[in-house]
Amino acid sequence: MRLDEFPTKFPKLPGAMPIWHGAVDAATFRSLCEQVGHGGGKLVALWGSDELARDAGYALHVSLITAIGMLCLTLPVNAERPSYPDLSDLFPGASRMQRAAFDLLGLFADGACDHRKWMRHASWPGSVHPLRKSFDGGSAFATETDGYPFVTVTGGGVHEIAVGPVHAGTIEPGHFRFSVIGERVLRLEERFGYTHKGIEKRFESMNLDEGAKLAGRISGDSTVAYAWAYAQAVESVTGATPSPRALALRAVLLELERIHNHLGDLGNLGNDVGLAFGFAQFWILKEDLLRLNHDLFGHRYLMDSVVPGGVARDLDGKGCQRILEALAHLQHEVGTLKDIYDEHAGAQDRFLSAGRVSPDRAALLGLTGLAGRASSQAWDLRAQFPCAPYDQLDVRMATHHKGDVAARVTMRFEEVQESIRLIRLLLDQLPPGEPCTAVGNAPENALGIGWVEGWRGEIMVALHTGKDNRIHRLHPHDPSWQNWPVLEHAIIDNIVPDFPLINKSFNLSYTGIDL
Amino acid sequence: MNSQSIAWTLAAAQTLLFILAAPLLAGWVKRVKCHLQNRAAPAVWQPYRDLAKLIKKNLVLAENASWLFRAVPYIVFGATLLAAAAVPLIAVHLPTSAIADVIVLVGFFALARFFTALAALDIGTAFGGMGASREMTVAALAEPAMLMAVFTLAMTAHSTNLSVATETVLQAGLVLRPSFLFALLALLMVAVAECGRIPVDNPATHLELTMLHEAMILEYNGRHLALIEWAAQIKLMIYAVLIIDFFFPWGIASEFSASALSVGVLAVTAKLMLLAMLLVVWETVLAKMRLFRVPQFLGFAFLLALLGMLTNVVLETGG
Repeated sequence: MRLDEFPTKFPKLPGAMPIWHGAVDAATFRSLCEQVGHGGGKLVALWGSDELARDAGYALHVSLITAIGMLCLTLPVNAERPSYPDLSDLFPGASRMQRAAFDLLGLFADGACDHRKWMRHASWPGSVHPLRKSFDGGSAFATETDGYPFVTVTGGGVHEIAVGPVHAGTIEPGHFRFSVIGERVLRLEERFGYTHKGIEKRFESMNLDEGAKLAGRISGDSTVAYAWAYAQAVESVTGATPSPRALALRAVLLELERIHNHLGDLGNLGNDVGLAFGFAQFWILKEDLLRLNHDLFGHRYLMDSVVPGGVARDLDGKGCQRILEALAHLQHEVGTLKDIYDEHAGAQDRFLSAGRVSPDRAALLGLTGLAGRASSQAWDLRAQFPCAPYDQLDVRMATHHKGDVAARVTMRFEEVQESIRLIRLLLDQLPPGEPCTAVGNAPENALGIGWVEGWRGEIMVALHTGKDNRIHRLHPHDPSWQNWPVLEHAIIDNIVPDFPLINKSFNLSYTGIDL
Repeated sequence: MNSQSIAWTLAAAQTLLFILAAPLLAGWVKRVKCHLQNRAAPAVWQPYRDLAKLIKKNLVLAENASWLFRAVPYIVFGATLLAAAAVPLIAVHLPTSAIADVIVLVGFFALARFFTALAALDIGTAFGGMGASREMTVAALAEPAMLMAVFTLAMTAHSTNLSVATETVLQAGLVLRPSFLFALLALLMVAVAECGRIPVDNPATHLELTMLHEAMILEYNGRHLALIEWAAQIKLMIYAVLIIDFFFPWGIASEFSASALSVGVLAVTAKLMLLAMLLVVWETVLAKMRLFRVPQFLGFAFLLALLGMLTNVVLETGG
């Protein structure tokens, strides 16, 4: 779909990414979403905000991907009867976002078929909505019993296996309810929200400078992506422009983050099929990289490296040299390990055809990011809407069509090699300049959106500013919102003991969606 | 002291040595594995420390645990202890070997497994039931293969008694028997499955949904868990010693002199260390199988055992 086909003209937000934003009424809202949905677009995020202080009730925001960039729509919502038209029939992934919007803000999706609670467990009553400005973040409530109606599967021989939120290993908490016959999975239902920390509420007590640190801690494994998206949002509202050097260094950091996460995942995938050798080898490589991160940027996982205006630490020639040497070693080792994984009959037998998401189903359900690209969903911001410095690099997007664990493993191998190539190019022509430029104050009531292709998929940060450079509302969006529901489909007809492997091949974030 | 009481003392000492050395074997396996996989290795004594730690810990019992759940660790340990007593470790002809033959040995393991599965069901968690069902599936396939392999050897020895069978092999000297080769392969595969090693089960996994043996004992802790873990270590050693006794018994003491016994100790130590290294290589190069491939794996073991038996009948008997 072309943007000029829209009935209303929307202004483009300033900043690095092609994002258009406009306020619309309910009918236009729904019809625009239909146009995008039917035209092959996707839903990126859905969130609400409390505008009572501006005497404007509430507002519901959605951001959609179209062929030419992101379209962000704001729908004013009546304060007396806060409801808006349901989008889950167009974008199945919207369902959980809508349920979260109700739990946190009391915005009701009219016509949705699933109105169960999502984020709320037992720590606050259903009549209370923590993201409303009238809610005091310090209030405490008597804990009630957490009743949640899971969908039950009936029939002869069907039984349920309840797993989590406390697991046998040290992993994040999530509850998985399997309905099985013997070992075969008929249905999986997920339940999250156990790590709800009130991050969005916390942001609202911060100014733009303070927010940078918290943004980097939304999901520790994607700290660079979140920090960059936050920086983009701040730079969009303040009009700051980072130097080309800062942008190149941000890309280096983002690709380093991608590499160390992929290495860790490849090791874990080996471990999950009992190939402890692969686990040890990949984690040695990952550990070497983390130590290099620490030496060069002061933090193993690169936290606080990206700040609004640029990057916190510059890289000297010696640092570049060390990264290049590390990459040369890495490239060789990863190549060898890929051969071993590819030729290991036992591992391939587990990987192939496990947890398959067909391209049709992936498109229907809006599978995104790395997992989406393994199922023919060719979306990669770095290739499609390249901001500087990616516009100079000609990023080669990896895609596969099988959509099984093997495809997601291969995707990781290919993306590691591509990231190595990109870092080399970036370091080769690192532009001179200041690593960080000053950021001015933001105007009140402005919207800035940051949009970055993290290792898991596209990460978005929407920033609504308030008075005195404060944050009025901030919504960080993780691609896990879209992909967790697809995992429920990927496991159908697989056997229970294959679930950990399939889950690991997606490796989605819990904290990134529990917020 | 007459020879009878010397023999009984030796038998008791051998059993004691067996159960005391089992954690050491487990520690050795872990250590070699770490070295082979480029990881920092714990001391070989680590399993002892773990057991001591578990024994000292307070017991946490599920609210709906019955007497069965509390009794099972002792039943499992007791059955494994009796099995260990029947296997010649450093000397043959000990009086304890007369109390049980191979079939009873398999029975001891079945008894321990039966009660472990009951205890897993007793608590009523999903994992217990899942683990029990998987373990029983594996057992139903592994036990026939195990018996078939052992019968092949028993046919040569004309006895199912372990001590007699070992002695027969010892006296026959180094004879290449095709049937033994088949039986050895079958027994190795069964041992891997029975002891919950890769590729059938992964003893180091933390993924509760993939577990077989571990899923059954997930609710155990403290001294109960210590006993079960210890029994599992003894079981691994029993299988290793069985393989040594049947196929490579040279060095085992057939008289009760000090020199023969020390040779016996040295020989079995060296052989166990070697066998453990083989296990480690096997576990390092293989990945864990998809659960539904396990029947094929054990079916192959059964087939090998059957081939061993046929080879024995066709080529080796009646001559």
